[in-house]
Amino acid sequence: MPHRKVGFGFRSIGSTVVNGVWRLGYASRFFLRTLLGSGMSFRRFNLTIREIYFSGVMSLIIILVSGLFVGMVLGLQGYETLQKYGSESALGTLVALSLVRELGPVLAALLFASRAGSAITAEIGLMKATEQLAAMEMMAVDPISRVVAPRFWAGVISMPLLAAMFSAIGVFGGYLVGVVLIGVDEGSFWSQMQAAVDFRQDIVNGVFKSIVFGVAVTAIALFEGYDAPPTAEGVSHATTRTVVTSALAILALDFILTAFMFRGV
Amino acid sequence: MPAENLVEIGDLNFAYANRPILKGINMRFPRGKVVAIMGLSGCGKTTTLRLIGGALKATTGSVRVAGRELRELDADGLYEMRRKMGMLFQFGALFTDLSVYENVAFQMREHTDLPESMIRDLVMMKLHAVGLRGAHRMMPSELSGGMARRVALARAIALDPMLMMYDEPFAGLDPISLSVIGNLIRHLNDALGATSIVVTHDIQESLKIVDYVYFMADGVVVAEGTAEEIKASPLPFVHQFVWGEIDGPVSFHYPSPPYPKDLLLESRGRP
Repeated sequence: MPHRKVGFGFRSIGSTVVNGVWRLGYASRFFLRTLLGSGMSFRRFNLTIREIYFSGVMSLIIILVSGLFVGMVLGLQGYETLQKYGSESALGTLVALSLVRELGPVLAALLFASRAGSAITAEIGLMKATEQLAAMEMMAVDPISRVVAPRFWAGVISMPLLAAMFSAIGVFGGYLVGVVLIGVDEGSFWSQMQAAVDFRQDIVNGVFKSIVFGVAVTAIALFEGYDAPPTAEGVSHATTRTVVTSALAILALDFILTAFMFRGV
Repeated sequence: MPAENLVEIGDLNFAYANRPILKGINMRFPRGKVVAIMGLSGCGKTTTLRLIGGALKATTGSVRVAGRELRELDADGLYEMRRKMGMLFQFGALFTDLSVYENVAFQMREHTDLPESMIRDLVMMKLHAVGLRGAHRMMPSELSGGMARRVALARAIALDPMLMMYDEPFAGLDPISLSVIGNLIRHLNDALGATSIVVTHDIQESLKIVDYVYFMADGVVVAEGTAEEIKASPLPFVHQFVWGEIDGPVSFHYPSPPYPKDLLLESRGRP
């Protein structure tokens, strides 16, 4: 009997691996089709703008409120640590570098995945379940070009803008706590920040990160929606998978990108 | 292919993986006619419709529409063909983020360069044809099931298709909406000079409007004929289906072990 259990175990592992590879291949083909079908997103840019509104503008509140609180916490914690070494004047540098390099792109992407990513998956999944995508195909309109690609580019465009706003409001939050509440010198706060933050090394790299996160989150959300079984349960599971997979992808990509961008700095 | 048939299906076989769905069916759909495909759920009706629409590819056999073999068409050729087709889905499949007006205008905007004033006139004409001109500002969520079906019909005929396909157009409708949709299918077909294929189990309503019927069971055509011939059919399956008899070739009970065995009476030694 034990050899049967071992055989079953191997079969199960093999089946999981084969399914995983098959799904990865399917997702890659889907992503490639999205890129090839992107012409309409730019020719009829109003389609993309509409999705920028739903994905980007509608995520603004959660991004701004979260950014403000994260900046305020950074101000408090940073001051607490820096004052032990008599370096509280470096608070502006700490807040700005933390936000621009890491927390801005990463947290904004996590929030974007939870708010906009899940909404995209649910919308596409329901469009599939209610045969709207099939109806579009029967009307000789490619759903990848008409529905998927505009949402993809809207996500890619929105993500760096949201991350930039997250970082900006976060710096303001750090200023509120550090300068206005605690009383750190305002001149040191801004001048040290200005001197320490490098445009190419910090800001451009941060923007690049957020573009990569935007591609990853939106592609995952779209694929999960498009691939969702056309049932209530299927859409629900797909939405959950979007948030979980996106979060893991963001954190893994962040490590890889950081390792390439900031080694030796 | 004879010029009078818009759609011809010959020795068509189709299977999902190793599960055969259609087993060598032959059908002809003459131009200008309304033809129904009937049968029990799961008998392959909708699959046949999807094969005619090019959403599925036949395993073997042929599906010819307007003289062209569908399996030989590439993606562009298939889309070109679909511009001449209209399809009404079971529950309408209206785009929920677009108003009634925008739903009907969808194909015109996607496939034509018509000026907005002309699109408006055409949309109003299509909506007038289904009696819903006054609802053009409404959203799909504000429509009843019957209204949604009529808007979907207006959308399907937006570009005056040569072939109309209806997937269970009567499902879940009240008697009035049912008659309205039935009449619209017939009148729009005649007014457009189109050919219509109606997949349905609604025997009473569909026999009023169709010219010809194919009966399917287990992936094969078991009977065919005009509405009168079908009503008078001596075949036990068709008779049971048409007259809605509870028992017959299609058993009331799903295959199961003996009843006493399931009630555990035999093991307890009772009769």
